[in-house]
Amino acid sequence: MTDVVVVGAGVVGAACAYYAARAGLSVTVLDRGPVAAGTTGAGEGNILVSDKEPGPELELALLSARLWRELAGLGGFEYEAKGGLVVAETSEVLGSLADLAVAQAGAGVEHVPVAAGELPGYEPDLTPDLAGGVYYPQDSQVQPMLAAARLLSGAPGAVLRTGVEVTGLLRDGDRVTGVRTNEGDIPAGAVVNAAGTWSGEVAALAGLDLPILPRRGFILVTEPLGGRLGPPLIRHKVYTAAYVTDVASDSEGLETSAVIEGTPSGTVLIGASRERVGFDRTTSIPVLEALARQAVALFPGLAARRVIRAYCGFRPYCPDHLPVIGADPRAPGLYHACGHEGAGIGLAPATGHLVAGLLAGAAPTLDLSPFRPERFAA
Amino acid sequence: MTRSQEGPHAGRLDGARPVPAFEITVDGRPVPAAPGQTIGAVLHAAGVVSWRTTRVGGRPRGLFCGIGICFDCLVTVNGTPSLRACQTEALPGDRVTTG
Amino acid sequence: MPGSGHEGPGTRDLAIVGAGPAGMAAAVAASRAGLDVVLVDAQARLGGQYFRHAPPGLRAGHPGTPQRGFGRFTRLAEALTGVDVRLGHRVWAVEKAVEKNAERNTAGNAGKAAGNDPGNEADQNPGKDAAAGFIVHCLAGTRDERRVTLRARRLLIATGAHDRPLPFPGWDLPGVLTAGGAQALLKGDLVPAGRTVVVAGTGPFLLPVAAGLAEAGARVAGVFEANGGAGLAPALAVRPGKLAEGAGYLWRLARRRVPYAVRHAVVEAHGGDRLTHVTVARLGRDWTPGARRTIACDALAVGYGFVPQIELATQLGCATEAGGDGEQVVVVDAGMRTSVPGVYAAGEPTGVGGADLAEAEGWIAGRAVAADLGRPVRPAPALSRRRDRLAAFGRAMQDAYPVRDGWKGWLRGDTLVCRCEEVPYARVREALALGATDARSVKLLARPGMGWCQGRVCGYAVARLAGETSPPPRRPVAHPVRLGDLAGLPDRADETQGTANDPAGEEAR
Ligand SMILES: Cc1cc2nc3c(=O)[nH]c(=O)nc-3n(C[C@H](O)[C@@H](O)[C@H](O)COP(=O)(O)OP(=O)(O)OC[C@H]3O[C@@H](n4cnc5c(N)ncnc54)[C@H](O)[C@@H]3O)c2cc1C
Ligand SMILES: Cc1cc2nc3c(=O)[nH]c(=O)nc-3n(C[C@H](O)[C@H](O)[C@H](O)COP(=O)(O)OP(=O)(O)OC[C@H]3O[C@@H](n4cnc5c(N)ncnc54)[C@H](O)[C@@H]3O)c2cc1C
Ligand code: FES
Repeated sequence: MTDVVVVGAGVVGAACAYYAARAGLSVTVLDRGPVAAGTTGAGEGNILVSDKEPGPELELALLSARLWRELAGLGGFEYEAKGGLVVAETSEVLGSLADLAVAQAGAGVEHVPVAAGELPGYEPDLTPDLAGGVYYPQDSQVQPMLAAARLLSGAPGAVLRTGVEVTGLLRDGDRVTGVRTNEGDIPAGAVVNAAGTWSGEVAALAGLDLPILPRRGFILVTEPLGGRLGPPLIRHKVYTAAYVTDVASDSEGLETSAVIEGTPSGTVLIGASRERVGFDRTTSIPVLEALARQAVALFPGLAARRVIRAYCGFRPYCPDHLPVIGADPRAPGLYHACGHEGAGIGLAPATGHLVAGLLAGAAPTLDLSPFRPERFAA
Repeated sequence: MTRSQEGPHAGRLDGARPVPAFEITVDGRPVPAAPGQTIGAVLHAAGVVSWRTTRVGGRPRGLFCGIGICFDCLVTVNGTPSLRACQTEALPGDRVTTG
Repeated sequence: MPGSGHEGPGTRDLAIVGAGPAGMAAAVAASRAGLDVVLVDAQARLGGQYFRHAPPGLRAGHPGTPQRGFGRFTRLAEALTGVDVRLGHRVWAVEKAVEKNAERNTAGNAGKAAGNDPGNEADQNPGKDAAAGFIVHCLAGTRDERRVTLRARRLLIATGAHDRPLPFPGWDLPGVLTAGGAQALLKGDLVPAGRTVVVAGTGPFLLPVAAGLAEAGARVAGVFEANGGAGLAPALAVRPGKLAEGAGYLWRLARRRVPYAVRHAVVEAHGGDRLTHVTVARLGRDWTPGARRTIACDALAVGYGFVPQIELATQLGCATEAGGDGEQVVVVDAGMRTSVPGVYAAGEPTGVGGADLAEAEGWIAGRAVAADLGRPVRPAPALSRRRDRLAAFGRAMQDAYPVRDGWKGWLRGDTLVCRCEEVPYARVREALALGATDARSVKLLARPGMGWCQGRVCGYAVARLAGETSPPPRRPVAHPVRLGDLAGLPDRADETQGTANDPAGEEAR
């Protein structure tokens, strides 16, 4: 019998498997699809501390940023400690941005205030029409799909089984004792629900309510720049302060705010939209147009660059915008690691680290109560 | 730019030479063109079979699909980068730069 | 809902994307039936691939130039009076013009863009109650691109096909062209691909390519057909006339002493910065290479069939299925209606079958749209019978010229599989070892298909290497579009013309 079955081979499941295996547990990872092909395959790979207000998620993010730096040593995936630049269009917004940065500093977030005149030193091609910004050196980026795959291949003894769908949970009374799959039953000491946007469905297999819903996001990808094509070269992750409010918003409607960055392959990624439209993949041209308008407003030189691809994904979100991490008291043996919305890549290592600690019986290094699974029960 | 050692080879059908209605230049060298021909065809006919190199391996690229879907043939014309040579009609005086 | 408030003054009855044999025939049929038609094509001239012809100025310099099917083409072109023909217009996206909110929240909509959702069949209705129509997003002009937006009550996708290459060492050397690319260069620009050309691959298309090159003065150093030609009997039973056509090509090649060999393939191309010679191997049953020899040449025209261009159909959620050659084709009914009401497909997108089939489907589609919009159209059973016969022939030809997996044995670790992102075979293998199990996950881990061509060139190879047949394309942006154009910047808005154009994209929704 395997100690742990992890449901989902996205970046979160991969991190859980990695740390559990490192803790000496035997781990089997199941995914109904290939590795990293869920929302992880649609993510940009930003590891952000800058966009989080002081509180439990920021604690998680700081731990994660540190762990990602360590994991980069595994090799085999891109990790760039590039830093993030948050810019404000008006002095009013700049004021609240500065306030946020000061509050974050109390929690351990490093930042550098950037006056309007200093912005070109960070990003020469930024529009001059900005009031200023804040630079966050701890923000970084990974190639999420490869990172997930490498965490799995680097997890000592862990077994990855693709094409295996969990269709039920094995129970002994309330206790979860394994999973039922299209390829037979797999008994396990513990089951980790890391099924991303589909985690609610897995919880439902245990008769539990876990309110995780999809929030669609589109990304535009430009032609590869660099080489003879020259600038604009985007050095950091750059986004507008409006992004922070969008992330936390409860609106059903479309929200977009410019989030722009270059990748080592020479493309520029342009996000981010947020909409609650179920699992609808139909391309929305108005969303693509809005993203383009915001990108060009921030980097006028991008107007001449071509978009060669666009894609969308479905962020797993909870009503309170916090992830679900920990043992489920309603079903002993079942652990959740899901609901990370637009930050699952950044938060994956901390999540995996904490879940592995629980599985191995260690005391958590972080207060997990804000993330407890039963918090939604009416 | 990769150029045939023996100079222009094509641009003719059964011995009938095209009337070189005008010229364009490739890195300053004049090349004959006929109205309506694409830049890719004009270059290919002049024995120039590649006009850019790839980002990673620095490998030479020219025409491949001929119909605008592969983007191998991207070319810089009069300073404008990333035009598809197979889809861009040659115009008198066009300056193609390779590299 | 014809007549609903969504149809602004610029809304046409029918927008056709693609002006090849299928699109041209459909445009003629629909406009004859009284429809207001706009015909859009990316190319500078009408005709698509089969009717591709040199520009008049160039033709004048070459009086004797053979231009196959030119009479048929001219007749179709002349019948297009009354059709709004938009050449040099690349369609980068098509969209339904419906109330977004009303549509989005319907659960049934969720899986549609997956293309294959069986649930789509629920609305397989004769295209009569299509919603508020369609928005066709174009980019016009090559050097000075601008955005043009067209609207129509019905949409016909007649976007043809592109070549299907296979990777092999050296296939990215300048001088290696697709078979269709060499053909296009010859027919459209009167430029032979090289002085000494090898033609290789599989399928009947190799013969006209080789014959055309030989007759244009190139030395064709050999034609290498990977299949044996066995299995042609069923196809020829349907269209015996094609036997004579094939024999005619072989005779034309023989007359010019062009060597022709079956069960042979080019398995490697050599040269420093351009092609200098190729390695040809005898193939076993599964295409595993046997005895080799080299042939000097400065051009190679190589093709292993065609890939239907269906991304506009999948953008709208049209159902697709794998055709006999493993490529996804748009599912249509007898009137060329797709699973999405109001959207039709004709020509190669419904299955590769050649120009005659494409034209027949175009006639049928044009008439079906007219009928569905309430115009009197007499039934044409003979046309349907002709289409069925030609389609059966097309399928039989695909069966006779399959691609066998032995080509994988031609690859080396450093052979590029994806030309745009320069992904070697070794990286594809590594992705498979890391847990990728299909083309999409290989792409996510190793990047093949993420570049400029969006997997059009390497898609088949990557899918086969991952052990599957090609999945339906997911290309929300079918052609590169400048961010400034996508943003609908005001300074570009002024450049568009006509009532139907909607530069800023505001009016369109
Ligand atoms: C390169 C090439 C050369 C070929 N040459 C021959 C030949 O010489 N003889 C022969 O018998 N068969 C040839 N074929 C086979 C070809 O498929 C024919 O069978 C025939 O032309 C198919 O007709 P069609 O109307 O379906 O499509 P096509 O003739 O391919 O016409 C489709 C048209 O759609 C346009 N189009 C596609 N996508 C878009 C878009 N997004 N926006 C705007 N326009 C778009 C294309 O520019 C094209 O003009 C060739 C195929 C290829 C790929
Ligand atoms: C456009 C966009 C941009 C983003 N950018 C960023 C960013 O920059 N930084 C960041 O940190 N985050 C970003 N995110 C969010 C991030 O992608 C997600 O939070 C994260 O990928 C979630 O990872 P996961 O492992 O939980 O889920 P997933 O990657 O979705 O993995 C879940 C897996 O579970 C499998 N599964 C589901 N049900 C079953 C079952 N019953 N049986 C077996 N397997 C099952 C699925 O197949 C899937 O592979 C972005 C998201 C989007 C959409
Ligand atoms: S040759 Fe393929 S795009 Fe021009």
